[in-house]
Amino acid sequence: MYDFTILWVLIIGFGVLMYVLTDGFDLGVGILFPFARSEEDRDIMMNTVAPVWDGNETWLVLGGAGLLAAFPLVYTVFLPALYIGVFLMLAGLIFRGVAFEFRFKSAPDRRGPWNVAFFGGSLVATFAQGAVVGTFVQGFATEDFRFVGGPFDWLTPFTVMTGLGMVAGYGLLGATWLLLKTDGETQQWARRWAYGLLAALMVFFVIVSLWTPLVDDYVRSRWFDNLTWLWVLPVGTVLVAAGLWRSLGRDNDALPFISTIALFAFFYGGLLFSKWPYVVPPSYTFQDAASAPESQLFLLIGLLFVVPFVLMYTAWTYYVFRGKVRAGAGYH
Amino acid sequence: MEFDPLLLSRIQFAFVVSFHAIFPVFTIGLATYIALLEAISYRTRDPHWARLSQFWIKIFAVVFGMGVVSGLVMAFQFGTNWSEFSYRSANFLGPVLAYEVVTAFFLEAAFLGVLLFGRNKVPPGVHLFAAVMVAVGTFISSFWILSANSWMHTPAGFELRDGMVHVTSWLEAIFNPSFPYRFAHMAVASLLTGGFVVAGVSAWYLLRGHAVTASRRALKMTLVMLAIAAPAQLVIGDFHGLNTLEHQPAKVAAMEGAWETQEGLPLLLFAIPDSANETNHFEIGIPKLASLILTHELDGEVLGLEEWSADERPPVGIVFWSFRVMVGIGMVMIGVALWGAWLLYRGRVLDSPRLLRTLTLMIPLPFVAVLAGWFVTEVGRQPYLLYGLITVQDGLTPSLTGGMALFTLIGYIAVYAVVFTAGIYYLTLIVRKGMPDEPEGVPDTQGRPKRPLSAADTPLDEAAEQAS
Repeated sequence: MYDFTILWVLIIGFGVLMYVLTDGFDLGVGILFPFARSEEDRDIMMNTVAPVWDGNETWLVLGGAGLLAAFPLVYTVFLPALYIGVFLMLAGLIFRGVAFEFRFKSAPDRRGPWNVAFFGGSLVATFAQGAVVGTFVQGFATEDFRFVGGPFDWLTPFTVMTGLGMVAGYGLLGATWLLLKTDGETQQWARRWAYGLLAALMVFFVIVSLWTPLVDDYVRSRWFDNLTWLWVLPVGTVLVAAGLWRSLGRDNDALPFISTIALFAFFYGGLLFSKWPYVVPPSYTFQDAASAPESQLFLLIGLLFVVPFVLMYTAWTYYVFRGKVRAGAGYH
Repeated sequence: MEFDPLLLSRIQFAFVVSFHAIFPVFTIGLATYIALLEAISYRTRDPHWARLSQFWIKIFAVVFGMGVVSGLVMAFQFGTNWSEFSYRSANFLGPVLAYEVVTAFFLEAAFLGVLLFGRNKVPPGVHLFAAVMVAVGTFISSFWILSANSWMHTPAGFELRDGMVHVTSWLEAIFNPSFPYRFAHMAVASLLTGGFVVAGVSAWYLLRGHAVTASRRALKMTLVMLAIAAPAQLVIGDFHGLNTLEHQPAKVAAMEGAWETQEGLPLLLFAIPDSANETNHFEIGIPKLASLILTHELDGEVLGLEEWSADERPPVGIVFWSFRVMVGIGMVMIGVALWGAWLLYRGRVLDSPRLLRTLTLMIPLPFVAVLAGWFVTEVGRQPYLLYGLITVQDGLTPSLTGGMALFTLIGYIAVYAVVFTAGIYYLTLIVRKGMPDEPEGVPDTQGRPKRPLSAADTPLDEAAEQAS
């Protein structure tokens, strides 16, 4: 019998990472929005993400549908467990999306409410996604493949910590993105924020890393029972963070953003390998969560045709909009 | 106070899916119309056609954007509130729903940007091709969604192992017995919706003397289409009903308000169904007509609701009345479309302010008819999610409490109230602003290929207009 489960792990894993990295920086721009120096800077900030943000968000929809098709157990345990959080995330994403469009269509003196909606939506959606990460680490109360926990299992001191960590992380992605896409005073402003957010992110990284083995025996034994190659990941994280800090002081606009992406990749790897092979911890592995082989194959055929196309198109979009965004350019 | 998570989840799903449904229904019809306009424009090179197309592309962009926003919510509803159903049916519904997303993805990535922003950047033939592909894409999207939905009504092509769906034949499952009828019915409903909106807006412009040449053409072509599609929908609907009678007779019994199995069933024009006493009050009907329609015999036997135990019957009142609202509006549509076609034939459409005013007032009606039709079929499926196999009670998320469901229900109503008030308000602004006298340039794109809403550049208020 054929088995595409590993292939699907790679596809979904890639899709989630794409979502986190791409929507991460545009959510981060939203988080930084109220702290901008001027309304003119806010225009610039929005214009840096205007061509790409909703393409970034389509990864989320694809991830949701892909999970239901390939790993239905993940879909049908995560969503009930995160019921309230999922609602808050969706409401946040909707509000910021609408704010995005209508802010540009409003008179300059009437943009206040849209600014607030853009910031608030970004913040809530980011925090909820961080709480998802924390909930994944904590594990789910399940019985016979069903979630049996309570409505606020996802909201604990630990998940609040991961939620705030995510806010700092996306904020850093947003700041280094702006460093790449702007110049002059705006860029200096983004640089200052990047220093602060990187420091904050590393504080959260240390707290969460120390806390995780305490909330989860599986993670503790995995990391501390034997010396494993897994230690490459946190060591790499620290090295990349140090490199990022140094690059912020240099005259290189792209390196900080690329380093931040690498930082996220290390976090992501550390998270997944801490739990592997469990995808619905503490009870169910990726094999338990998988759909029937014929169902995986059926969707795979279409996906293998479409995804390269979407990737090419995405790359093309970013290529077309490369370079600095300056005041007055872009919208009207 | 205890809240029932099942009832609240059903209300929530009905609310979010109803809100979502009105956008794609409209965009499918409108995309077809835009493709047609582009084709005529391509052949004739007459700027009035391009002008019409440009105007409707703006409307399309905003409606498509709202459809995407509300669709984002739909992608998670199955898991949050109906996780047990999703888990057990994922082997079929997962890939099919994912194919819908993939189709939409593909469509957006490849052709929507070219349609919205590419008029002056690509050769006319390429632009026309993009318009056609966007229209085809919206139909493919609805193909997958309606296949999934139809499968829940008439499950086929699978077997249950330990309560889990396992597909045995993709062909049988995708092309399940009710799918062809439902797809045809919805496709024509989309054309009618798009057609009546275009006709209504054009009629309104004509009444005000705005963009007369273009509006006259738009009105004439849509009247011809509507005069064919509206009566055709009656025939398709009849076939769909017969298919339902074969597979879901309890739903048909509720639609007809038939409590007892009888020969020569009357067609009820009015009644107040009373589920508690299993009877109707104030019945007004045409003798034997329902039997004639359903069995093609005056004395044909139609099963009544008494054949099913009370807990296997759908709620009768909603199904009964939604059906009458849908059919009633359908009849009005046929009447108005034929009236318009007659005046068109006599060359007097523009002399009849009464027709133009009627068409303007008709704009909301197709949306009401579509929602009423969905109420008939979805409420008529109760108490099942997967017909005959999984009930709504079985399919509900086990961990869901009434309080959680109430919180998100109120939340979604609040979010949608804000977002869609803004959206509808903006649409009316675009319509009021109308078509410019000269064919206009394409909005300054800076690309923005994936953001449909930015294709509409009408400012929200006058101050913004001056600033821009």
